[in-house]
Amino acid sequence: MNFSEVFKLSGLLCKFSPDGKYLASCVQYRLVVRDVNTLQIVQLYTCLDQIQHIEWSADSLFILCAMYKRGLVQVWSLEQPEWHCKIDEGSAGLVASCWSPDGRHILNTTEFHLRITVWSLCTKSVSYIKYPKACLQGTTFTRDGRYMALAERRDCKDYVSIFVCSDWQLLRHFDTDTQDLTGIEWAPNGCVLAVWDSCLEYKVLLYSLDGRLLSAYSAYEWSLGIKSVAWSPSSQFLAVGSYDGKVRILNHVTWKMITEFEHPAAINNPKIVVYKEAEKSPQLGLGCLSFPPPRAGAGPLPTSESKYEIASVPVSLQTLKPVTDRANPKIGIGMLAFSPDSYFLATRNDNVPSAVWVWDIQKLRLFAVLEQLSPVRAFQWDPQQPRLAICTGGSRVYLWSPAGCLSVQVPGEGDFAVLSLCWHLSGDSMALLSKDHFCLCFLETEAAVGTACRQLGGHT
Amino acid sequence: MGDWMTVTDPGLSSESKTISQHTSETKMSPSSLYSQQVLCSSIPLSKNVHSFFSAFCTEDNIEQSISYLDQELTTFGFPSLYEESKGKETKRELNIVAVLNCMNELLVLQRKNLLAQENVETQNLKLGSDMDHLQSCYSKLKEQLETSRREMIGLQERDRQLQCKNRNLHQLLKNEKDEVQKLQNIIASRATQYNHDMKRKEREYNKLKERLHQLVMNKKDKKIAMDILNYVGRADGKRGSWRTGKTEARNEDEMYKILLNDYEYRQKQILMENAELKKVLQQMKKEMISLLSPQKKKPRERVDDSTGTVISDVEEDAGELSRESMWDLSCETVREQLTNSIRKQWRILKSHVEKLDNQVSKVHLEGFNDEDVISRQDHEQETEKLELEIQQCKEMIKTQQQLLQQLATACDDDTTSLLRDCYLLEEKERLKEEWSLFKEQKKNFERERRSFTEAAIRLGLERKAFEEERASWLKQQFLNMTTFDHQNSENVKLFSAFSGSSDQDNLTVHSRQLQKKPHSMSNGSPVCMSKLTKSLPASPSTSDFCQTRSCVSEHSSINVLNITPEDIKPNQVGGECTNQKWSVASRPGSQEGCYSGCSLTYTNSHVEKDDLP
Repeated sequence: MNFSEVFKLSGLLCKFSPDGKYLASCVQYRLVVRDVNTLQIVQLYTCLDQIQHIEWSADSLFILCAMYKRGLVQVWSLEQPEWHCKIDEGSAGLVASCWSPDGRHILNTTEFHLRITVWSLCTKSVSYIKYPKACLQGTTFTRDGRYMALAERRDCKDYVSIFVCSDWQLLRHFDTDTQDLTGIEWAPNGCVLAVWDSCLEYKVLLYSLDGRLLSAYSAYEWSLGIKSVAWSPSSQFLAVGSYDGKVRILNHVTWKMITEFEHPAAINNPKIVVYKEAEKSPQLGLGCLSFPPPRAGAGPLPTSESKYEIASVPVSLQTLKPVTDRANPKIGIGMLAFSPDSYFLATRNDNVPSAVWVWDIQKLRLFAVLEQLSPVRAFQWDPQQPRLAICTGGSRVYLWSPAGCLSVQVPGEGDFAVLSLCWHLSGDSMALLSKDHFCLCFLETEAAVGTACRQLGGHT
Repeated sequence: MGDWMTVTDPGLSSESKTISQHTSETKMSPSSLYSQQVLCSSIPLSKNVHSFFSAFCTEDNIEQSISYLDQELTTFGFPSLYEESKGKETKRELNIVAVLNCMNELLVLQRKNLLAQENVETQNLKLGSDMDHLQSCYSKLKEQLETSRREMIGLQERDRQLQCKNRNLHQLLKNEKDEVQKLQNIIASRATQYNHDMKRKEREYNKLKERLHQLVMNKKDKKIAMDILNYVGRADGKRGSWRTGKTEARNEDEMYKILLNDYEYRQKQILMENAELKKVLQQMKKEMISLLSPQKKKPRERVDDSTGTVISDVEEDAGELSRESMWDLSCETVREQLTNSIRKQWRILKSHVEKLDNQVSKVHLEGFNDEDVISRQDHEQETEKLELEIQQCKEMIKTQQQLLQQLATACDDDTTSLLRDCYLLEEKERLKEEWSLFKEQKKNFERERRSFTEAAIRLGLERKAFEEERASWLKQQFLNMTTFDHQNSENVKLFSAFSGSSDQDNLTVHSRQLQKKPHSMSNGSPVCMSKLTKSLPASPSTSDFCQTRSCVSEHSSINVLNITPEDIKPNQVGGECTNQKWSVASRPGSQEGCYSGCSLTYTNSHVEKDDLP
């Protein structure tokens, strides 16, 4: 595993282009585009203000930079550096901006969710969509980019509108049986739309593309409901994480629950491997420091090293006592992600913040649990294989695969607190983001695997 | 009467009191009865016996004394002390013999009495101790009774308390339920109120929004604008089209097309899954039939008619099976037939397995009794011993031969020739004898050895037969596990049942990924090696490792929906042994069992697949 040098960054704004060739990052009001392989700067654009949001167009030709404070969006072209485009939302303000899947339209949401403005880069046309709902996930595009579903609120009722993205024509418009719709999400095959209610009510509704209600599911009443929802990449399963600390898996045939995954703090099953991150004092680790070869001018040694130990069951995980009389209590399943092959599901229970559960979807049972020393900030699956990268806001990045776990110290001067990470689509590298820096982490060249194996042999 | 008592023995009278108390218990003999009377009468007299005695007879009153004694003795049934008078006038003479006899009798009586007294005393003692014992028992029991009574009272009290508590708890429960109900009502009312409020607020909010919208939008905000250098072409190169009814219709069409495609895709998948399941079913049926057919003859002979008919059904089904087209029929027409036949066969199989089970248990029972079977270890030890002996004998023979040869070669020598005369003949004779003896021994050994090897072979055969039987039994049991209950099949449905082929596919994909070098570090900006604090090796201990391995392999058998039929076909054609294994593994319910078998083959392929160290 190799690391690039550390680059400056602000606002955790760092994104790989969809084609995987470029990497865009922001430093205050500057947008830097680098080549992924050489990491040399390809383009450098200067915006009018501090950038708050960036997004690549689907064809990797344009980058959108949003400056919400000024109500501005600036678009840059990678092919024609001199080309520019500036969209000003004026006094209406701006709270969100995103590309349409064709990469030629920009959807701007004005303040107070008054409307969504659709700006076309091809023609002068501007379209408006009224009554967008102010919610967590109000717009969603199908994977093929044909359709957009939009949550709306009119006359105190929730509606969903389905638009054809090619000409922004309304295809379907239907009301949903929700108290307060919070999110919508297309299934990866683009034929089913999952709609869920706010946390006050446990309700998932599934609509077909043509607006028919396929099924409604509710697990319980009178208690805080859904916290997170995720489709499996195969569209076979819908995982629903809720405030009761369970994940329920719905199937795509009957839309009924197949199983529910509890997240108990005590693990008794000896079949489950529990990896526990353990701090190791540097004295003990000195023998192992010969590998990798020390970099010239290396920074100070990390104060401590960490490694994974296999905890013997029964294991009790550290739980957080939630404050129940405050809004957004830290309980329930807040993070959910399927592996790209749909075989695994990674979850985090918010009142056991330092643990990541990995579930075997084929056998519908718990597969492994990783307990970190500090709360898990983010995790993301390798787009190519079942491999999970985890960061906890410390200077290490953690990887899990069915074969095992490892923790890697990010080299560099001072502490590189990894707050977020994102994979390159090839799965060969990932960007590790800290508050004001980022670096790339290259995984898995043949040689690296070999040395790692030798390293493993040396340890045992 | 007191005066009469002087007769009694002083020793006796001292203890007469105690004896008299127990008179009722002593056994009555005529003599003892008599003595008792004496004893009884002796009660009042106690002290001064001697003085009294001494006063009884003096020089002066010998005559009176004798007459008195005579009188007394006669009254007690003793013969008179006097001689029979010959004449009335003659004075009666004292008969000394009679006196002595009387004395003797009295002494004997006395001794008897003493003995009786002793007995009575010991009995008395015994009874006394018995009495004590009983008394203590009685008191103990009394105590026990008391304590149990107390306990009972305590328990009753506790019971009462518990009942009380129970009642309280019931009350509490009821209260709690009421509370819950109340709270639920409150929640519901709050929810409605909240919703109401929310609606009101939202209306207000909407009004405000509308207002704002009008204000912001109607102002003709100059600022709202797009400043663009030049318009870019559409990604698809086409021109934007006007929105017309036509486009609407086209969009509609397209949507339905997409939906239709999805449904078709799903149907295809389900069909494939169905086909695969049918194939498995067919295979199972075939195997069942082939399994059952050897048993056909036997059960027919002994089992009653009902199973006989079933078996004939099996034969019919076997006939039907040959018509492959049956499987292509839609399920509805075949379903009943199929399920019936399967059910029948299943029943037969089950009964057969049960029978086998019984047999096995019987065999197990018998096995312990069977003593003529030599255990393998014994057998081996024996053969080893024999071989050693043979070896020794051979060595001995060899040395003797050498000696013989030496003797034969040395015969030229003078001394030896001399010796030969005296010893050789004799020795030769002896050697010959020994030689023949050895030969015989050798022969014996050989024979024994042969018999042992034969026994070994027999044993091996027996073992093999047993192994076979066990294997078949296991197989049956294994089949037993693969029940076709609907619940199971429903679960399995989610992952399509056939998976081997798709897995093969995945593997190839993986390996391809591996071959492709992930990242080439070209003329690069400074890239630094990490200081890997790599303690990675939380990779589980070997066993765990294997487990995860096998899990991985299992897992790759999920049929991802994205696999198109074209992907699968070639693999099905190129059926390798692994493929076959997977086809077994795709049986619902039996996966666990099979994977363990498969994991071995898969570990090889995983060595390369393994990306994370």
